Amino acid sequence: MSEPAERADVNLTGKNQPYILRLFITGASLHSVRAVSNIKHICETHIPGRYSLEIIDVHQQKELAKSAQLIALPLLIKDSPWPERRLIGDLSDTEKVLKGLGIIG
Amino acid sequence: MNRSSKNNKHQSLISLPKSPTGIIGLDEVTNGGLPLGRPTLICGSAGSGKTLFSLEFIVRGALEFNEPGVFMAFEEKPEELVANVASLGFDLEQLQKDQLLKIDHVHIDRAEIEETGEYDLDGLFIRLGYAIDSIGAKRVVLDTIENLFSSLTNEGILRSEIRRLFGWLKDKGVTTIITGEKGEGTLTRHGLEEYVSDCVILLEHRVNYQISTRLLRIVKYRGSVHGTNEYPFLIDEDGISVLPVTSLTLDHGVSNKRLSSGFPALDAMMEGKGFFVGSSILISGTAGTGKTSIAASFVNTACQQKKRALYLAFEESPQQICRNMRSIGFNLQEHVDNGLLKFHASRPTLNGLEMHLVTIHKLVSEFKPEVVVLDPITNLVTVGSLSEVRSMLIRLIDFLQVKQITVLFTALALNTVISDQTDEGVSSLVDAWILVRDIEMNGERNRSLYVMKSRGMKHSNQVREFVITDKGLDLIDVYLSSEGVLTGSAREAQQLQEVTGVALRDHAMNRKDREIERKRTVLESRIASLKEEFESVQDELNKTFLEDDLRKEILEQNREQLIRSRHSGQ
Repeated sequence: MSEPAERADVNLTGKNQPYILRLFITGASLHSVRAVSNIKHICETHIPGRYSLEIIDVHQQKELAKSAQLIALPLLIKDSPWPERRLIGDLSDTEKVLKGLGIIG
Repeated sequence: MNRSSKNNKHQSLISLPKSPTGIIGLDEVTNGGLPLGRPTLICGSAGSGKTLFSLEFIVRGALEFNEPGVFMAFEEKPEELVANVASLGFDLEQLQKDQLLKIDHVHIDRAEIEETGEYDLDGLFIRLGYAIDSIGAKRVVLDTIENLFSSLTNEGILRSEIRRLFGWLKDKGVTTIITGEKGEGTLTRHGLEEYVSDCVILLEHRVNYQISTRLLRIVKYRGSVHGTNEYPFLIDEDGISVLPVTSLTLDHGVSNKRLSSGFPALDAMMEGKGFFVGSSILISGTAGTGKTSIAASFVNTACQQKKRALYLAFEESPQQICRNMRSIGFNLQEHVDNGLLKFHASRPTLNGLEMHLVTIHKLVSEFKPEVVVLDPITNLVTVGSLSEVRSMLIRLIDFLQVKQITVLFTALALNTVISDQTDEGVSSLVDAWILVRDIEMNGERNRSLYVMKSRGMKHSNQVREFVITDKGLDLIDVYLSSEGVLTGSAREAQQLQEVTGVALRDHAMNRKDREIERKRTVLESRIASLKEEFESVQDELNKTFLEDDLRKEILEQNREQLIRSRHSGQ
C-alpha cells in the first residue's frame, strides 16, 4: 500500500498535474461494469485525490461515438497530463493501465 | 420444356429481393443487384477499384433509388473521398447536406492505444447505428473493416465482433458492402469471406502486354443466378461500367428490312436491296482496296436516310477520314455537324480489348446509333491474341444484334490467298462478307469485289470490278474473254479491240454490198438486152406469120374470083 503511494509522489513531483480521465462505457454491459470498478480501484489506490474521472455512457450520447473516434469499448482517455493516451478494454491488466496512464514508468 | 417451366416457377417463388446498384451493367450481371438487406463482400488488390465501386453504390442509391447511405471509411478521410470522386461528378458534400449520405472516417492509431483487457466493438456499433438512424440509411459501406486488424491486436475479439457486426447489419436490414484487400491465396487478408456468405464479388486489375484491364467476377451469390464470367469494367468520367460479356442466348429478333450499302451496284448484287437491318457485315481485303471507302459509303447513305451512325476508327483520325472521303464525293463532315454521325477514334493500344468493348457499349448506349462501323478490326490484334479479338467481336456482335444495330467491320487481309479465310475468324460470325481484292495484271492493280456470303438472300456470285471515282463507288462487270477475267486497262483494251473488230466487219460488209449491187446492175442490163433481142426475134417471127396469112387471104380471094368468073362465063 505504501509503495505505490510513494511512486505516485515521485510522479507528482515530476508533473504536478491532476489526472483528467474520461471513461466511455456502454450501459451496464459486463465489460463496462468491470472497467468502471477497475479504474475506480486503480485511481483510489494510486492517485487518490489527484484525478477527475468522468464516466460517459455512449448509449446516452451516441453522437459522441463519432466525434471521439470510438470503436472499441470500454475506452479510457487520459486528457491530461500530456500526452493523451487511450486505453481500451476492461482495464483488468493493472500493470498496463498504470503504464499507459504514466503512473508508473 | 416441362422442366424449365417448372424451374422458372420455382425461381419466381423464392426469388431473392435485390437492391439495384445503379452501376451500369452490374445489375444485369447480378440479375437485379446486390442481395437486399444483406452484406456483400467486394474484394480485390490495391487499386482495383473497391472504394470507388462501393462509393458509387452509395451515391447511386441516394440519387437514383432514394436510399440514403452511410460510408464508413477506415482508410481515407472524408475530404479525400470527396476530392477523389469529384471528377466523376459525384458531389458528396451536397449529398451530405441533403441528408442522403453520411461519411464517417474511423481513425485508430495503434501507437496511442493500449489494450488493457477484454473489450468489444460497441463503439463501432453505436456509431454506425447512430449514422444509419440519423438519415434512415438503407445502404452501408465499410471500407475496409480489415484495417481494424492492424489497429487492434486481439484477433479473437475482432473476429467474433465482426461476425456479430454482420449479423447486426442483417438484422437492421441494410444492404451492406464490405471491402477487403486481397490476400495471398485467399480472397481477403483476414478471411472476411468466412463471415460474408451471401455475395462475394472479386475485382481484379490485370495487365497483359502492358495493357491493363479491370475485371469483375461474382465469386458467389447465394440464392441467385448470376453471371459467372469475368466481366471487364471501366472507370471513366461516368463512374463504373460493367460489361456483361455475352448474352446467354441466341434469340434476338431479326428484321426483314434492308439497308442500302450506299452504291446501287453492290445492292444489285444482293437482290437489289442491300444488307439486312441488324446484320453484321465484314468487308475484308488487302491494303488499299477501298474498304474504308465502302464503309464511308455505307455510313453516308445511312446518314442521308436520317439514321444515326457511329464510326469507330482505329487507324485514322476523324478529320483524316472526312478529308479522304470528300475526295470521293462523301461529305461526312456534314453528317457530323448534323449530329447524325459520331466518330470515335482511338488507337487500339490505348487500352485492352475489353476496355474497347466497354467503350463501344457505352457509346452505343449513349448515342443510340442504327449503324456502327469498326474500321478496321484487324488493328485490334495488336492488343490481344486472335482468339481474344474473336471473342470480343462475338460479344460485340451479340450486343449490337440484340439492339438491331447494323454493324460493319473492315478487316485487313494480309495475304491474298482466298482459301485462307481467317479474318480474325469472324467470318463465321458475320451475316454478310464482302471481299475486295487486288488483281495485278499488265503492270497495274485493279480492285475486284465479290460477295463471299450473304445470309438469307440470293446474292450474286459474280466477281465485279470495283472502281472508286470522285463521285463515289461503282461496280463494273468484269470482261470475260477467252483470256479470262479482264479488268482495268486490259478490259478497256479488249473492249476497244472489239469495237475495232466491229468497224472492220462493217466496212467489209459495205464493200460486199456494193459489189452485189454492181453485179445486179450488170445482170439487169444484160437481161434488158436479151429481152430486146427476144422482141426483135419475135417481131421477125410475127412478120412471117402475117405475110403467110396475107398470102393465104389473097389466094383465097383470088380463087373465089376465079370461081365467080367461071360461073358468069357459062
